[in-house]
Amino acid sequence: MLDLAYLIPFFPLLGVVLNAFFMRRAGEKTVGVLASGMIGLSFLFACGAFFTMLGMAPASRRLEIELFTWVAAGKFEAPVAFLIDPLSLVMMLVVSGVSFLIHVYSIGYMRGDPGFRRYFVFLNLFVFFMLLLVMGGNFLIMFVGWEGVGLCSYLLIGFWYTDDAKATAGKKAFIVNRIGDFGFLIAIFLIWTSFGTVQFTKLIPMASLYPVGSGVITAICLLLFMGAVGKSAQFPLYVWLPDAMAGPTPVSALIHAATMVTAGVYMVARANFFFTLSPAAMTVVAIVGGGTALFAATIGLVQNDIKKVLAYSTVSQLGFMFLACGVGAYVAAIFHLVMHAFFKGLLFLGSGSVIHGMSGEQDIRHMGGLKSKMPVTYWTFLAGTLAIAGVPGLAGFFSKDEILWKTFSGGQTVLWLVGLTAAFCTAFYMFRLVYLTFHGKFRGAKSAEHHLHESPRTMTVPLIILAVLSVIGGYIGLPHILGGTNPFGQWLDPVMRPVAEGEVMAHHGEAATEVTLMIVSVLIALAGIYLAHSWYMKKSETVKALGESALHTMLLNKYWVDEIYSIGIVQPFVKGSELLARYFDMGTIDGLVNGLGSFFSWVGGGVRRMQTGVVQNYALFMGIGLLAVLAAFLMTTLG
Amino acid sequence: MIPVSLTDIQGVLPETIVVIAALAVIMADAIRRGHSGALLPVLSVLGLAAAGAAAIFLWGTSGTVFNGTVFADGFASFFKVLFTVIGILTILFSPHYLKITGVRLGEYYALILTAVFGMMVMASAANLLMLYLGLETMSISLYVLAGSQRGDVKSAEAGMKYLVLGAFSSAFLLYGIALLFASIGSLDYEVIGTFFASDFHPGPLLVSGLALLMVGFAFKVAAVPFHFWSPDVYDGAPTTVTGFMSTGPKAAAFVALIRVFGVALAPASSLWSGVLTVLAILTMTVGNVVAIRQTSVKRMLAYSAIAHAGYLLVGIVAGTKAAFAATGYYLSAYALMNLGAFAVLILLNRRDEGSYRFEDLRGMGFAHPLLGITLSVFLLSLTGVPPTAGFFGKLYIFSAAVEQGHIVLAVVGLLNSAVGAYYYLRVITLLYMAKPEGESIIVQPAAYRFALVISALLILVIGIFPEQLLRVITLAVP
Repeated sequence: MLDLAYLIPFFPLLGVVLNAFFMRRAGEKTVGVLASGMIGLSFLFACGAFFTMLGMAPASRRLEIELFTWVAAGKFEAPVAFLIDPLSLVMMLVVSGVSFLIHVYSIGYMRGDPGFRRYFVFLNLFVFFMLLLVMGGNFLIMFVGWEGVGLCSYLLIGFWYTDDAKATAGKKAFIVNRIGDFGFLIAIFLIWTSFGTVQFTKLIPMASLYPVGSGVITAICLLLFMGAVGKSAQFPLYVWLPDAMAGPTPVSALIHAATMVTAGVYMVARANFFFTLSPAAMTVVAIVGGGTALFAATIGLVQNDIKKVLAYSTVSQLGFMFLACGVGAYVAAIFHLVMHAFFKGLLFLGSGSVIHGMSGEQDIRHMGGLKSKMPVTYWTFLAGTLAIAGVPGLAGFFSKDEILWKTFSGGQTVLWLVGLTAAFCTAFYMFRLVYLTFHGKFRGAKSAEHHLHESPRTMTVPLIILAVLSVIGGYIGLPHILGGTNPFGQWLDPVMRPVAEGEVMAHHGEAATEVTLMIVSVLIALAGIYLAHSWYMKKSETVKALGESALHTMLLNKYWVDEIYSIGIVQPFVKGSELLARYFDMGTIDGLVNGLGSFFSWVGGGVRRMQTGVVQNYALFMGIGLLAVLAAFLMTTLG
Repeated sequence: MIPVSLTDIQGVLPETIVVIAALAVIMADAIRRGHSGALLPVLSVLGLAAAGAAAIFLWGTSGTVFNGTVFADGFASFFKVLFTVIGILTILFSPHYLKITGVRLGEYYALILTAVFGMMVMASAANLLMLYLGLETMSISLYVLAGSQRGDVKSAEAGMKYLVLGAFSSAFLLYGIALLFASIGSLDYEVIGTFFASDFHPGPLLVSGLALLMVGFAFKVAAVPFHFWSPDVYDGAPTTVTGFMSTGPKAAAFVALIRVFGVALAPASSLWSGVLTVLAILTMTVGNVVAIRQTSVKRMLAYSAIAHAGYLLVGIVAGTKAAFAATGYYLSAYALMNLGAFAVLILLNRRDEGSYRFEDLRGMGFAHPLLGITLSVFLLSLTGVPPTAGFFGKLYIFSAAVEQGHIVLAVVGLLNSAVGAYYYLRVITLLYMAKPEGESIIVQPAAYRFALVISALLILVIGIFPEQLLRVITLAVP
């Protein structure tokens, strides 16, 4: 089964080809089932590979499949190769599994859309590139996947292109991501020139020969992280993600919550052999991650668009993952990545169901009381909310708690406090969302209330499956302290070996502290929920008063970051390029063109421009050219 | 009279098939005057496909036929296949274009076939006179094709200009051939090669002959400063013909360049490589810089075609087997991307025929996904972005040049690629980053879509598996 793993990304590609070229007259059902079926096949093959690998000794769980040499020019050689190891398998399972559910959900959600087939072609193409990204055996293949998912994301954000705002959002995502990708590309060049290869398995032993804190490694790490910051929407490049919510909601769930945006985390975890050698880069990663976690969570506190709340929540949760990477807890980062894929995918799909029921309304101030009208959506959404809030026993509790514990035990007390505050905010804004959406009375128009309905089966079944995963998924990483064996950590251990060893040591002797911290974070989560309950379930004067405060205004306007970027970067840039156009383009380029023109005009004797359109002139130029060539030849012979 | 053997006929089997197809098309047109429907294009495509199959069948042969005047080798076979692919794609794009422009010309398809025949002769010529015959057959067909949109002033003008200037350059070429013959006493590439390999005296007659020969070639590949005809002709000619002219004949001229200058005249490279270097630099730079300033996409592509000839000249200057293989690879990639780009433009042009304004492309990528995606692939390949074929073409050519120590040429080439990126990517920006102006309905016939998709896929396939194609060409390089 394992040696067939190279087929996994090609099923979605086959789906793209079939749907794009052979299904032009097929009905929606055929198109949707075909697209979903292809992802289902990928998932089955990934499961097969997983169980095969599970039966192997931990040390030998690594397989490189080289398909062919992509390019060999001189010394540069890059094969198209896949690396199947515990880390990539986890990602393959998550990507294909969650994608499958979201494909099925989309069949219901996109029903009747004129771009139905186009949507599934893009979605399948996205999964192909995402699988390429996680399975790539070298940085180059990873980069191809990286660019590919970016392209698909951009196409899907702008899916409803006739709406100007949505097209603009696509553009913004594209440009911001270019900044990050630029860093990633430079990093690849730097790796190539320093090591002579970009293949992961060859780089690992080579990198370990470098001393800790080496300058070139730090530079590589920081540049790689720059790419991750763009793709995974961290401060200061997070601005594109909230706008990306303009795309269809299943796209937000798949690309902008569960899979693509986590690619940066995966990349850092994959390159852990570099990052481990650079404490400086690790510190940067931890600070950016922790800072973003809190920063985005505070913005999420006051947003009124259901998808915007979830978008800022995603940015914040990704921050948690980077915080984990930054303190060397890669296993915890990937653990949280997987759990986040479950519960955030669920929450987005749930919000899609709400929007579907509300006929397109996204403002939670116009909702309320949906609990009775959409029971499946409500209960599954609640499960996701409990999971993300960190309520004991659910997915998010285990993973978030592991991150906070690793941060604390790594000596980063300040970042631990930052993370804890962010966790408090998370519990608060998520329950605020639940209370405003599903509880109380309906606050929208009468006609909208009349129209309210539960979503069709293709949408609710994926919700239920994801809800179950959000509830029980965390037990794959049950920590030792709670009597578990952390099978997830053991599984990833061979990939993160140098770090994992340190983790095991940290476990001993501090059990009491760990339990204490766990209790603290549970209390913090409950406090957030309690506060949301007391403010939003009852008519609270505090909310009104706070709503008029300066703090609220600042948060509602997202710290004016977009405005600052506009004034500080975008406008000067536009001005600059205008100046460039005026003086460089018209001055230099025109000058060059005209200069060349007048040069030949001078040679041609009174002819104003070369491309006159007059045949006689052309013949004359050719004659002059001939004389010049003839002269050159004769001079070569004589000289 | 030297008897003609079966081996001789077999060596020119593709050419024979194309000529028979051309005759069949003319007859079919004469018999069913005006009511031929899809018959002519179908006949032409079948003929070309058969010729291509014959060329593949001949793969693996070597040496010459017809008393040493015609090569029957892998290099000829490879390019014959390429010419048939170019011909087939052009014909798949043509019926729709002829319909929307109202051109009713039965000879149109026959002329494409005779032009392909001429190119094939150029690719397999082992003798300067044979080369000249092929060149003229091709050129005369093209003169007529360029002016085939008779109702359109620009097309008529293009045909006339091309004819006058083409005749001019043919005279240079013929005169150069005559001078060489006067000095060497033979027109065979092989004899010429032996002559230059020995201790020869570069007298003024011989050197002038070489210079004239080079000018003749420079005109055909539209190298600066012998390029003046090409923007006007490319712009004025019917767009399908422009796509055809900018790819097939260019490839044919480059095969001949490789055979004559790259192989036969290689021992005397000190005489000509300096001049060719200057031509290459001028061609790349002028083509790109002027392309930036164009307001019509068609004219922009016409100038960019000049720039690509410049990159290809770098391969000739580098002069190694690897460089020639790279040139062959680049020509294949270039043929697909340029033909495809012109073909998409035909569909996206919404105003009067011949305007091809940049503004027309606004937001079309979203409104017409297939056209948007295929055009993006073509443009990315023209820019030279991996994993498209265009990237590997540049990579192979420039690395061959660097290996031969032509660092300056490679650097100028790379700088020019950056300039090229500016105007190609601008089109993609328009396709996807601007709002479309109103709704538009574009008729996309099945054959047309098929040809577009095949071209785009081939560009990606030989971009993802570049080594495989390169290896095939390397085997064939003389």
